[in-house]
Amino acid sequence: MLEVIIASSIKVVFVLAAVLTGCAYSTYLERKVVGHLQHRIGPSYAGPYGLLQPIADAVKLMFKEDVVPDKVERVTFALAPIISFAPALLTFAVIPFAKDDNVFGYDVKMVLSDLNIGILFVFAITSIGVYGIVLAGWSSGSKYSLMGGIRSSAQMISYEVSYGLSIIGVILIANTLSLRELVDQQASTSIWFFANWYVFKQPLGFLLYLTCAIAETNRLPFDLPEAESELVAGYHTEYSSMRFAMFFIGEYANMLAVSAVGATLFFGGWQGPFVNEVPFIGMFWFALKVFIFMFFYIWLRGTFPRFRYDQLMNFGWKVLLPLALFNTMVTGLIVVKGWF
Amino acid sequence: MNLDTIIFLVSAVVAVFGGTMMIAQRNPVLSVLYLILSLVAQAVLYVQLGALFLGAVLIIVYSGAILVLFLFVIMLLNLRGSEDFGHGSKPISGVTKFVLALLFVFELIAIVRTSLLQADSPIGMMTAVPVDFGSVKAVATLLFTKYLYPFELAGVLLLAAIVGAVVMTKGPEDEGAGATDELYGIADKEAEGEK
Repeated sequence: MLEVIIASSIKVVFVLAAVLTGCAYSTYLERKVVGHLQHRIGPSYAGPYGLLQPIADAVKLMFKEDVVPDKVERVTFALAPIISFAPALLTFAVIPFAKDDNVFGYDVKMVLSDLNIGILFVFAITSIGVYGIVLAGWSSGSKYSLMGGIRSSAQMISYEVSYGLSIIGVILIANTLSLRELVDQQASTSIWFFANWYVFKQPLGFLLYLTCAIAETNRLPFDLPEAESELVAGYHTEYSSMRFAMFFIGEYANMLAVSAVGATLFFGGWQGPFVNEVPFIGMFWFALKVFIFMFFYIWLRGTFPRFRYDQLMNFGWKVLLPLALFNTMVTGLIVVKGWF
Repeated sequence: MNLDTIIFLVSAVVAVFGGTMMIAQRNPVLSVLYLILSLVAQAVLYVQLGALFLGAVLIIVYSGAILVLFLFVIMLLNLRGSEDFGHGSKPISGVTKFVLALLFVFELIAIVRTSLLQADSPIGMMTAVPVDFGSVKAVATLLFTKYLYPFELAGVLLLAAIVGAVVMTKGPEDEGAGATDELYGIADKEAEGEK
């Protein structure tokens, strides 16, 4: 019993540290990449290549005054940043990050919790995250925040339907809900190490997942809830200091979470060359895949203008949802006929 | 007391507390929040019974979708505090309320009595469930065999509700009165705000 507790604690600390560092350096990555996309050089003063910038930012945010406006609903105002931040971290509890290995004589499962409904857990947790934004918007007592909150609830409900449907194809083919088994099924021993990745069996499903994931995390071109040219800063207009920082980190944690889930579902998770010889290298492949997703996110931000609100809704209900239903039906037919 | 009992007691108390606070609140947004709390605690109870799937679905469907819609509507109408309630005639008289509550209490007592008779102790009930209780396969098999007709009927009912909602919001062109106007009014206000 004690061994289990110690082993779990070490894993939790490791994953938490990795995710939080990932969040901090995602902000750096974003500023640097967007900088270069716009012919600037991005942060470059704090440390070599500006590498210490996230630490400087964190210190700055900690020392800022925490302003709580008069008309806020205090309890929900305080609760909202936590609700939007915590679920993103919880997602990582079920994501396998390397091949199971023997470390110092102990067999270690490289996943915090090997749930047999892992992917449903991810979606349940993600669906809780929307409350953070909605409550922040409502409790701030400001019209810009409220509008951001209303927009976000409408947007997230609309896109969550397609988001859920987009992965049904993978689940139908894999016949499991466990993320661990999903990763195992994408293994391949041949030189074409990517041959069994689900992205090749579910290309449409992957595109739908990617699009909906961007909408779910409120990133450009779907960042209507915080559209700064229209709503000041949307749902977090009234937030400052560490409470604002929690929304800020939460956004990046959410991006990392959907990237990790996307990499696990469609790109074989930690699978890659040499994972059988050196099990630890799986961690590197996994991190690399998540990094590519993150880079893509930021690239999109630097490329596309924001959707208009009615365009967003039309796109979600009239394009994505029918496509997702079509994908589910076709995949179901193929699985029943046994063509895979 | 082992760990299971403690988890059960805590989540049971939280579930009941959430439910009670939900109906005791004046503020509709807080009511929704307490309902979410209660649902999450109920999901924990499902998970404890080994019904991971049902627990996850409870969160996804209720907390993730339906209650977000509740919040959305409350925020859209901006119901703050109690000022929007209690106008006009009373929908249910006091006597009816009392009779309904009494019926409900008897029902609860009946349920508790029968389940107590079936098992040795309240905690003992947990061992009485089948091995694959609440697994995806077990739920799906029940839905598509034993409960196929109720399941399909519920689908038709939901479809009817959706069509009804669409008809009510769109409304016939010539009438366009009452609730329709109100909804359009809110949409107009929103549009103005966005400019």
